[in-house]
Amino acid sequence: MTAAPDPSASSDAYIRIRNLSKTFGAPGQGGVLALRDIDCSIAKGSFVSVVGPSGCGKSTLLRIVAGLLDYSEGSVVLDGQPIQGTRRDVGVVFQSSILLPWRTILENVMLPAEVLGLDLRAARERAMQLIHMVKLDGFENKLPRQLSGGMQQRASIARALLHDPKILLMDEPFGALDAMTREQMNLELQRIWRESGKTVMLITHSIPEAIFLGDVVFVMTPRPGALERVIRVDLPRPRRMEVMASPAFAGAANEIRSLFNHTGSFD
Amino acid sequence: MASKTSDIPLPSRAEPDALDWRRPFHSMRFNSLLLLVFLLALWEFGVRFFEVPKFLLPPVSDVLTAMYRGLNTSPFAKDGFWFHTYFTLAEILIGFMLGSAIGLALGVLISEIDFVEILLRPYVAALQSLPKVAVAPIIVMWLGFGMSSKVAIVCLITFFPVLVTSIAGFKAIDTDRIDLLRSLSATRWQIFTKAKFPSALPYIFAGLDMAAAFAVVGAVVGEFVGAQAGLGVMILQMDAQMDTGGSFAVFIILSLIGIALTALLRAVRRRVLSWMPADPSQRTVSA
Repeated sequence: MTAAPDPSASSDAYIRIRNLSKTFGAPGQGGVLALRDIDCSIAKGSFVSVVGPSGCGKSTLLRIVAGLLDYSEGSVVLDGQPIQGTRRDVGVVFQSSILLPWRTILENVMLPAEVLGLDLRAARERAMQLIHMVKLDGFENKLPRQLSGGMQQRASIARALLHDPKILLMDEPFGALDAMTREQMNLELQRIWRESGKTVMLITHSIPEAIFLGDVVFVMTPRPGALERVIRVDLPRPRRMEVMASPAFAGAANEIRSLFNHTGSFD
Repeated sequence: MASKTSDIPLPSRAEPDALDWRRPFHSMRFNSLLLLVFLLALWEFGVRFFEVPKFLLPPVSDVLTAMYRGLNTSPFAKDGFWFHTYFTLAEILIGFMLGSAIGLALGVLISEIDFVEILLRPYVAALQSLPKVAVAPIIVMWLGFGMSSKVAIVCLITFFPVLVTSIAGFKAIDTDRIDLLRSLSATRWQIFTKAKFPSALPYIFAGLDMAAAFAVVGAVVGEFVGAQAGLGVMILQMDAQMDTGGSFAVFIILSLIGIALTALLRAVRRRVLSWMPADPSQRTVSA
């Protein structure tokens, strides 16, 4: 739980964000500064959590890395290439599951294969494996509305993994779930991440979730969002729910809370 | 979307239509039928009792006789119902298909291409406020007394509801769905076919429903203005001959055409939108 210095110096940076700023609307007159001078990097295969008060621009940061939103200043380099729009090697999990209601679960999971023009037969096999991995066996041919919220979100995780992206970007994926389901999903996400070896960036407003899942937690300031601190979480993997009761976990949580209190933005 | 209250299966209403012969009055369908029989009887006997002149209101029996006489004819007899029904039905179907296809196509163009929207918006708004039947006489003047003028009128009258609802449908799309497809580097065409169009379908069907009802109106009005054949022509002829019973029989045929068209659309909708929960799909925007 050391308050590490900016780890962007490390050479194995997979995602490197430099002096990133984002202004909505015209800069200067009437424009809203959403992100200010973000400087960080994410190592390959690591799990990074991003926490911050509501409206601090966490989602904006994720949308920029996903290529869904352009940025005003700075640079974002992903696997050695500057970001220019969306990429095929990125999978995004959104706040809501965004399953298309007219498609079955299998058809929804298959969507990336259709859009990216992958071999459909191989993709179908992979889709079934992913559906198994997110424990939705037997629900392939059900419509989304026949599934609970947690199951829908699991299906959307399977969809995000179908095209085997190297990077998984998750925007508060469990925000709408109840506490019990959420803990379950955290455990499963840890398992999926360990099995798949992806680089994950998880946006969350839950401090325990951020610590439980992250190798590193980025703590952001209130708007305009800047990177307040980078906290390393050195808890052994695989982590179990009991780890939340450990002093190390509590220490990290308190550190983040005190940062929020300090900036007057506890949410 | 996924986890909203509309997805919770509603308790189905107690099935009132199941007819139990021991307690027939519990079936609303039976009660409706009973009401019809009662009203028809009231009509028949009221007309006879008060000696209402037949050209004002014919007794039910006259309507039924006229119906029988009209239907018991050769399909080519110009004084029979079949011949005229064929014309009116053809005008309705061709006009409806043309009008809604053009309405949908223009709806897609307007919602996909900003330039087209800016260019056409004012014209759409202006034409929309114009009652379409007002131009029927001009269209008959331009295109003559044949079928084409009626098809054009039906086309014009069905075009707008489909245009307006499809634009509304494309506008109402959940932007999350577009973001999802964008995140997968989808092309514009893929975004349209995989997200926008299916999302807009419930709206488009509401427009088609309205258009179907308007189509019958358009055909009859067109035939009133000027035509050589069709049920509207029959009504005019029968009115001239004070054959009110015959007119009523034609009304029934027109209603049946409308009902059949709506039922057909419902069946297609049920098939295409089978993914929708049953209840909201029953809700229609009616004319």
